[in-house]
Amino acid sequence: MPVQSYIQAITAALREEMLRDEDVFILGEDVGIKGGVFGTTKGLYDEFGEYRVLDTPLAESAIAGVGIGAAMYGKRPVGEMQFADFIFPAVNQIISEAAKIRYRSNNDWNAPVTIRAPYGGGVHGALYHSQSIEAVFANQPGLKIVMPSTPYDAKGLLKAAIRDNDPVLYLEHKRAYRLLKADVPEGDYVLPIGEADVKREGSDVTIITYGLAVHYTLQAAEKLEEEAISTHVLDLRTVYPMDQKSIIEAAQKTGKVLLVTEDNKEGSITGEMAAIIAENCLFELDAPVQRLAGPDTPAMPFSAPMEDYFMMNPDKIETAIRDLAEF
Amino acid sequence: MVATEKINMPQLGESVTEGTISSWLVGAGDHVQKYDPIAEVMTDKVNAEVPSLFSGVIHELVAQEGDTVQVGDLICYIESEAENGSDKLSEASVGYADDQRSAKEMTDETTSMKKRYSPAVLKLAQDNHIDLDQVEGTGRGGRITRKDMERLVAAGTKSPSAESAKSTVAPDTNKQDASPMLQETSSQQTTSAGDVEIPVSNVRKAIAQNMVRSTQEIPHAWMAVEVDVTDLVTYRNQMKDAFKKEEGFNLTFFTFFIKAIAQALKEFPQLNSTWAGDKIIQHKDVNISIAVAKGQELYVPVIKHADEKNIKGIAKSIHDLAAKARSDSLTADDMQGGTFTVNNSGSFGSVQSMGVINYPQAAILQVESIVKRPVIVNDMFAARDMVNLCLSLDHRVLDGLIVGQFLARVKEILENINKDTTSVY
Repeated sequence: MPVQSYIQAITAALREEMLRDEDVFILGEDVGIKGGVFGTTKGLYDEFGEYRVLDTPLAESAIAGVGIGAAMYGKRPVGEMQFADFIFPAVNQIISEAAKIRYRSNNDWNAPVTIRAPYGGGVHGALYHSQSIEAVFANQPGLKIVMPSTPYDAKGLLKAAIRDNDPVLYLEHKRAYRLLKADVPEGDYVLPIGEADVKREGSDVTIITYGLAVHYTLQAAEKLEEEAISTHVLDLRTVYPMDQKSIIEAAQKTGKVLLVTEDNKEGSITGEMAAIIAENCLFELDAPVQRLAGPDTPAMPFSAPMEDYFMMNPDKIETAIRDLAEF
Repeated sequence: MVATEKINMPQLGESVTEGTISSWLVGAGDHVQKYDPIAEVMTDKVNAEVPSLFSGVIHELVAQEGDTVQVGDLICYIESEAENGSDKLSEASVGYADDQRSAKEMTDETTSMKKRYSPAVLKLAQDNHIDLDQVEGTGRGGRITRKDMERLVAAGTKSPSAESAKSTVAPDTNKQDASPMLQETSSQQTTSAGDVEIPVSNVRKAIAQNMVRSTQEIPHAWMAVEVDVTDLVTYRNQMKDAFKKEEGFNLTFFTFFIKAIAQALKEFPQLNSTWAGDKIIQHKDVNISIAVAKGQELYVPVIKHADEKNIKGIAKSIHDLAAKARSDSLTADDMQGGTFTVNNSGSFGSVQSMGVINYPQAAILQVESIVKRPVIVNDMFAARDMVNLCLSLDHRVLDGLIVGQFLARVKEILENINKDTTSVY
């Protein structure tokens, strides 16, 4: 199996889906001739041409709106937000139209659109290039939010998102693009949306997280193994709707639960996880459910020490796990 | 002022996490000015020059040309002529997590967490009947963790409490707090539709506690003898009407049994005793507890100095205590001081039973029903009035030999009660 980076796995998924289904097309800012600001769509314009890789004006609501309309007419558009931070002009299109069209039309219409957006910090990107935006969309039935944590998951889940008959928000961590490298099978495979994945089996502390934080958690877990602290790591993969069954099982496994997100703490995805655990696992809990998250400040700072302070990292997770293990 | 500073791989683009040193522009010993380029770095996004963060002399190149270095990792040392080392930005240590509310804050190291039980621990304790007071916690502040409990359950140490309670029997016989297991044997039962839930009265609760305590602490053993009471029955039947008329209360069979037992206890004080851990206390007084049922309740009032009373005296005591029990006027004094219990189980028609010892006494004797049965006497069948006496003994205090002798003596006394040997007055 060839080793691919997270971004290469995404590019491969896009290319294979475009080869497989000619209804699949890409639209976004600088996705064509430039191949995307991160290089995610590199080579696709040359391979598939200007009608399947569309450079759009700097107007996110149009990227989403055109994608939704094309999807409703049977296409499989993949829209790219250059940065997740820029998705807000498209929120009305995504929430009011894409997420609701199937319900509003009593199943007459659906919008199989995928919207990709690079999120997350730790890249010295400051305010408008570092945000985590999943919580904004995570209470909209009709919309799915996928946040892969590995190159393997990135490819399998993007294919699933493109083939899904309803809108999927596909959030990729920009620091993961070139940081994460792993074996990725050549050729076609699809991973299920809506299912969490146990990334590590353990018995002392359960960590439930998603996205890049999964990688950091696994690093911390490895270190803690030397101290005989055994960690159970559940990767949500799909943050909305949540895989409640897997969350409950993982929490019950150890009774000590740490929820990790890079997002600001209050109102983040972790709150919903904590509620699911509280509703279902009272008699298995052995410690208060703990949350590790970014501080409740408006944005990721630019200053390097301040960004380090804000950003999730393996050391913070390690400290939090050890604390729970000792409780 | 000279200080050795580190130069690390800088961030060269937003998705870049590593860079390859394509060439060094300086060597060890070279003098550089702040912001002078020192190396060329290649990433898959950009090619860039790394500037020096300090003015000074290159001390050592750590990364080699062709090496791929993570962002933030060391590439070289420089002897800086720094302005008081004020450019130590790259070395600034970053504190974090002090705003994260940790589990630690909830558990002050100095306070004991021994008695703070998580839902998981409580549930495991109840499901497996584990007394948490006996469990050593390995968590912070001595807290018992779910893993501690799971380990106990896995090890099959079902109930440390039951064992320790047995091995450390309270020497003080009046001690009120039974082992912690006793009180809560089970609040886990479920009811289904149609079941009736009856709240437990205080008397019922006390009975339950005493029974559990007795059966948990006292190793019970049993023995029974068969007694021919034909003469006694004849004698009593002759007397009973006159007695009732004269005294105003009944002359029961039970009275004769109490009398015989009290007499035998005087001769065998071993049975009139109490286990006290490192000693056995033999009581001077023979105070016989008798069980008196009243509705759902069971009282065990005491006939004091039964050995000093004649048949009439015992009959009167039984009559008085039973009347008091029925009218709810038994006093604490009426119930205290028993040294041996005689239970009239025969009044319910029972012919055989195994009594639970009235804690902390050493034995209990059940007088069963008197039944007319064919018995072989002198190689011939005869119709005789037979009764079984069943005795439960505390095997810590008593053994079969002494109990056998005691029962034989009671049997002898009872079989010889008749008009000529025994006076009611």
